[in-house]
Amino acid sequence: MLRYLAGRLLRAVLTIFLVVTFAFFVLHLSGDPAMMILSADAPPESIKAFREAWGLDRPLWVQYAAYIVHALQGDLGNSMRDGRPAMQLVLERVPATLAITVPAFALKLLIGIPAGIYAALHRNSLADRLTMMVSVAGFTVPSFVLALVLVLVFSVQLGWLPSAGSDQSTSAILPIVTLGVAGAAILARFTRSAMLEVLGQPYIRAASAKGLQWRKVVVEHALPNAAIPTTTIVGFMVGTLIAGAVVVESVFAWPGIGRLLVSAVSNRDLAVVQAILLLVAATMVTANIVVDIAYGWLDPRLRRGGKSDR
Amino acid sequence: MGESGCGKSVTWLAALGLLGSRARIGGEVRLEGRDLVGAPVAELERVRGRRIAMIFQDPSSSLNPVHRIGRQLGEALRLHRGLDGTAAEAEARRLLDRVHIADAQRRLGDYPHELSGGMNQRVMIAMALAGQPDLLVADEPTTALDATVQAQILELLGEIRRDSGMALVLISHDLGVVAENTDRVCVMYAGRVVEDAPIDTVFEAPAHPYTRGLLAALPELDGPRRVLTPIAGVVPDPWNLPTGCSFAPRCDRRIEACESAPPMPTEKAADHRVACIRA
Amino acid sequence: MTPLLEVSNLSRVYDVRRGAWPFGRRATLHAVDGVSFELAAGRTLGLVGESGCGKTTTAKLVLGLVPPSGGEVRVAGESLPEIGSPSWRALRRRMQMVYQDPLGALDRRLSVGRQVMEPLAIHGLGKAAERRDKALAMLDAVGLAPHHFDRFPHELSGGQRQRIVLARALMLDPQLLVCDEPISALDVSIQAQVVNLLLALQQRLGLAYLFISHDLRMVRQVSHEVAVMYLGRIVERGDPDQLFSAPAHPYTQALVSAIPTHIRHKRRRLVLPGEPPNPVDRPAGCAFHPRCRHAIARCRVETPELRTLADGRRAACHLAGQIG
Repeated sequence: MLRYLAGRLLRAVLTIFLVVTFAFFVLHLSGDPAMMILSADAPPESIKAFREAWGLDRPLWVQYAAYIVHALQGDLGNSMRDGRPAMQLVLERVPATLAITVPAFALKLLIGIPAGIYAALHRNSLADRLTMMVSVAGFTVPSFVLALVLVLVFSVQLGWLPSAGSDQSTSAILPIVTLGVAGAAILARFTRSAMLEVLGQPYIRAASAKGLQWRKVVVEHALPNAAIPTTTIVGFMVGTLIAGAVVVESVFAWPGIGRLLVSAVSNRDLAVVQAILLLVAATMVTANIVVDIAYGWLDPRLRRGGKSDR
Repeated sequence: MGESGCGKSVTWLAALGLLGSRARIGGEVRLEGRDLVGAPVAELERVRGRRIAMIFQDPSSSLNPVHRIGRQLGEALRLHRGLDGTAAEAEARRLLDRVHIADAQRRLGDYPHELSGGMNQRVMIAMALAGQPDLLVADEPTTALDATVQAQILELLGEIRRDSGMALVLISHDLGVVAENTDRVCVMYAGRVVEDAPIDTVFEAPAHPYTRGLLAALPELDGPRRVLTPIAGVVPDPWNLPTGCSFAPRCDRRIEACESAPPMPTEKAADHRVACIRA
Repeated sequence: MTPLLEVSNLSRVYDVRRGAWPFGRRATLHAVDGVSFELAAGRTLGLVGESGCGKTTTAKLVLGLVPPSGGEVRVAGESLPEIGSPSWRALRRRMQMVYQDPLGALDRRLSVGRQVMEPLAIHGLGKAAERRDKALAMLDAVGLAPHHFDRFPHELSGGQRQRIVLARALMLDPQLLVCDEPISALDVSIQAQVVNLLLALQQRLGLAYLFISHDLRMVRQVSHEVAVMYLGRIVERGDPDQLFSAPAHPYTQALVSAIPTHIRHKRRRLVLPGEPPNPVDRPAGCAFHPRCRHAIARCRVETPELRTLADGRRAACHLAGQIG
């Protein structure tokens, strides 16, 4: 087990390293921060001075090496815009993002999974078809459209909720619902097909033939098996807790990581963009490891090598 | 006995109400006078496993892959005998011994994928015995197993049947398996029983052309080799059955009357019913 | 005369890991171990045994689909060329395979005719019209009608699909068909149709068959010689009638006795203890000794070679001829 974890961690670190490297080169080759931050018609001397100050005049690989050395020491550089440490800027925004993504995640689980299970158990019923119709709508409609519709109804028409910002206690509701509905739709579909797959397995019929009540067959035999594939998608959703709200944050002017990323990209604030990508990669990779460990816990076939391994 | 798709499994799944809500079931299934068709679910649940137990073709996928053998056995023991804790474990161990699984204590902690197909079928049999049923329906119990393991499982089923007085329904496509392990046989074709008789009668004096055809199409393991006589044509699709006798299109004794209505089973001799107007 | 197919001392090992990565330890699996046989043109060798005994691996080795770890396959006196080489491709035209699952072996999206003509197209043989004529002739030879040419696999029954697989295999005029469980997926009433077809084709075209099956009765029906495998080795070889009526090897005896039959019903079964072990854990000496009721001390240490008995058949058992 230890060897397995060590291997997984090594791969995780490698993944993060590759993300950082790739992002570094793409960002440095795709536009000049000096122009963006100082504006294109700034005097050549100040552009030169800016470049020297930020080390942008050195060869790219030297910049890269310096970046990696600093990063390994925990220093991800400073924001070119206000000079503060990039990581600090990013971490300040994390609570705001989590304030909408965590409740949205809960919403996805609480609506998506029961809806999927219900639909599977009542396959082809009216409820199933309705659930699936809503679910298709939920994940085909882009989140900014859904956001705008919600704003139109609840803010403009009914005037119940604020349309943007973060200054009121009710401001988070629309962003949470927007994020939650789309995720719940995906999860419902996934759970439904996982359940249907399991319900068709011979051991479900065998459990019924044993005399077990249907409710117990579902709870004790179907659900634990359907949980295995569903874990993948739930794990993916955990991975998007940090960075999954870029569009929604922008639409609702929510001061989280997503909005910071958008502004940092358009400003070429390299250190900040890098720091966000590093954080995102780290959460994704961690979520993946957690999913793998959960698999082993849920599925004994992956836990121990079989004796019947012909 | 019958080929795949002839309805032999569906018959028993229907009898126990295991076909799901979309299946429409007609006729009646009497268990000591009580009709199981249309009986309330709670009543069927009391019959399943306790009066009539069932084991299936693919033992390895008939056991839940994420639960240990001990837990699955324990579930049946709690359900049918109200046993829990150490009493349940002791009984589970005894049942595994009963089906000749060595090292029962250790096996209780194993998962189905850690056992071979033959072992899993033994576990399924043990689980069926947990409810001390009056009837065991074994649906192709050895089809997925190798020949020598098949022999072991059939031997075990016979032994348990003799010892416990439990009745056995053996569903099989294999004439040899049926011949060696049963007292009477119902031959099914395209959803209907076409012949029903004591085992010796069916193999020595088959009356239905389909039964005869099957016997002529099968090679033997000893005696002189003969040219096999296949049954021409194919089994009709269940959604597209002929109006008359379903076997008529493949039958070499067909007459015009065969195509007008499905023949009713008639008593050909004492204890020998055949659904064929030409028999 | 040189036999069509000569297999001598053929072996194939696999490195496997026991248990899930990374916990397991490495082990060697002897899938096929020192198998030898000959097959003459126009004859049938039946290969029987239980799952994991190495029959399918033997088939793949014979066709050169997997390279052997040891030993040799000779076709018409020449050793099998390197896999993938032009001469191997040329040789493969003379040896075709028929699988258990005809639906899996056919492409659902292509018409029957296209699939039957495909081997000619792959090898660049004949013009379009000639290919079509040959395909129609072949459909006829396997008992299908010309109108099947434009059908699709899912529109046909299992038996008809297996006929298509056969027609396709025969398009290149092979001399050897390797049939791996060719009738196991078919209904009982259909099996005889396909078996009779195989026999008729053999008579007409002089085909040789390597017929792999777990169905001993069908094997006896079609074979001129039978080889019984257990854990990668041939344990008995001989004339089918002789071998099945009076098996010499204790494993063959148990296997034959395990086959239920409606003729000798209510006889005593000879039930073997235990199950075939995992090939990775092959017992030392005679691999069968832990399940053998005749085993003596010698069986635990010395692997018996296949030797010819007084009546001409061969068995790999130290006690063969003395037990029965």
